Amino acid sequence: MEKLNVYAAKLVPKNENFAQGHRACQGCAEALALRQIGKALGKNVITASATGCMEVISSPFPFTSWNTPWIHVAFENAAAVASGAESGLKALMRKRRIPERKIFVLALAGDGGTSDIGVQALSGALERGHDFLYICTDNEAYMNTGIQRSSATPFGAATTTSPAGKVVPGQVTWKKNMAAIAAAHDIPYVATACPSYPFDLMEKVKKGARARGPAYTYIHVLAVCPTGWRSAPDLSIRLGRLAVETGIFPLYEVVDGDYRITVDVPKLRPVEEYFRLQERRWVGENNGSEGNRWDSETVRE
Amino acid sequence: MGKRVGLEVSFAASEAVRLANVDVIAAYPITPQTHIEFVPVESEHSAMSVCTGAAAVGARTFTCTSSQGLILMSEIVYCTAPMRLPVVMVLANRSLSNPISIWNDHTDVMSIRDCGWIQYFAENGQDVFDHVLISYRVGEDRDVMLPVIVNMDGFNLSHVIEPVELLDQETVDRFLPVFKPEVVLDPARPVTMGAIVLPTCYTETKKAQDEAVKASMPAILKIWKEFGDLTGRYYHPIEEYRTEGAEVLLVTMGGIGETAMWAVDQMREQGRSVGLLKIRLWRPFPFKEFRKVALKAKILVVVDRAVSYGGPGGPVASELRSALYDEPKRPHVVNFIAGLASRDVAPVDFIAMVDKAEGTLQKGMGPEYEIYGVRE
Repeated sequence: MEKLNVYAAKLVPKNENFAQGHRACQGCAEALALRQIGKALGKNVITASATGCMEVISSPFPFTSWNTPWIHVAFENAAAVASGAESGLKALMRKRRIPERKIFVLALAGDGGTSDIGVQALSGALERGHDFLYICTDNEAYMNTGIQRSSATPFGAATTTSPAGKVVPGQVTWKKNMAAIAAAHDIPYVATACPSYPFDLMEKVKKGARARGPAYTYIHVLAVCPTGWRSAPDLSIRLGRLAVETGIFPLYEVVDGDYRITVDVPKLRPVEEYFRLQERRWVGENNGSEGNRWDSETVRE
Repeated sequence: MGKRVGLEVSFAASEAVRLANVDVIAAYPITPQTHIEFVPVESEHSAMSVCTGAAAVGARTFTCTSSQGLILMSEIVYCTAPMRLPVVMVLANRSLSNPISIWNDHTDVMSIRDCGWIQYFAENGQDVFDHVLISYRVGEDRDVMLPVIVNMDGFNLSHVIEPVELLDQETVDRFLPVFKPEVVLDPARPVTMGAIVLPTCYTETKKAQDEAVKASMPAILKIWKEFGDLTGRYYHPIEEYRTEGAEVLLVTMGGIGETAMWAVDQMREQGRSVGLLKIRLWRPFPFKEFRKVALKAKILVVVDRAVSYGGPGGPVASELRSALYDEPKRPHVVNFIAGLASRDVAPVDFIAMVDKAEGTLQKGMGPEYEIYGVRE
């Protein structure tokens, strides 16, 4: 299953490590991303989840969607809990208290749990060099608490705490570039992904899990959220594709510091095609000041 | 039997951690805990998170902190107990900002009083050494499975060189078996830990947690007895000193108990009827053992090391008053808050508190509490 793109969809495992029946909204691309991650990593994984949509929808006691061992502790510490799990496994294997074998440790958090409240724990874990994958599923706001802006909310997008009106055009700051921040830690593997490109996502997760080095992997996944983006649930896949095709969310990987685009889009579509399908009212051509607004030119640069 | 050496108390704690064959240690440097060895997390919040994650895969874990560090990690301190993960923490008790102070009182631990951990207060270096080992044994007991805090007064204890009788590895191994938890994060037997619990079941989880803490008492007593048989050092939830026939009992928690013993000796020499009650086990609170001693006295002079601003008194006195409230014939509780940020509490101060308490009693009920020794 080295190259899913080249081989075929039928090589993707049929079994579900992230089970159906969870409580995600219709059209939730974040839950879809978890499903794909589960398929890519297989059974031999321990997951530490941050508080957030995915934690809430997947573990309403006494039910669980996790067919692999899973722990949730708090909002900002998925990277630290995963650090602990990895350190614990390492110590127990060294002392021969558990059999020596590869167990992937996965930390999962949303954009708030990653780029806002969790950035310290993440930076600490990346710097210390734990053998783990950190995957941020980014739906571009605090959707679970009622659509408040985060530092990952893109410029011009309306949320309940960055409302768009006559005075303020929605979010007034540009999206924090978390993948670049992760890459600045000089870790072996950083990538962006989107469940609208399932083979690309799964390949990156597998590649990240196998990365070698003192510190491992950060993958930033764009997850379309119909509830927060006020888009039609049946358009989530198309929106993910448009985010890539308009150049707003390029899919790339950074292997040992070298950037490489993995889904090449020779001719970018106009950004309006992406904005039009969402009612979280993006800044249009008349909004935003000179040099500080969305247009296809800026995106291309 | 082990050898007796002069050791700085924080080194005694780390020696016990070494003997306990701990798997994962995560700590962030803060005065006065600094002497204990640490692995480099970027904050106390992550230290506690690392311990929680490591304990969840079945590792024996340790952290140590103090003051601001504790309240930064306190969010996760609360998370660990209901997950039934037996992390052990040595807490070098220190005051909280502001004003910033690195010195000793009990303000830090009182901020997490209801975190659901078993909580001991050590009186001297030997206590600290012994209780690190006892804590693992208690916390990891199948009938307990709870995290444990060993409170050690910052500086007044942590940085003092004391004679400590160390145990050899063989004795420790006999007392403390390898940690083998029943439920761990293991791909061969997947479990979900830390699930969201809706209001339909939340009350039940909290009832279960409360029962678990209360039910740890028999295990604590049994393991203390076993430790005593092994080392000759017997510990009790409530320690008594010259309480026989005492009308007045000083009540302390932590290191100042040893100073209070001096004061009691002096007052006894003068023919005064004064004894000392020391609280060693703070959670679960030993109601039965406390009442048994306290009800024989007429006055309890409770020395608190933390303030509950605008509240009913220091946290210890408030709880003792509650513990005695339903008793038909209960002693009068006089509460002094003393020793904030390592302000000296000398034998003469204990004597002054006893004098004052007796005077208060003659004049009728005094105020709920007094902050002792304020310079005016």
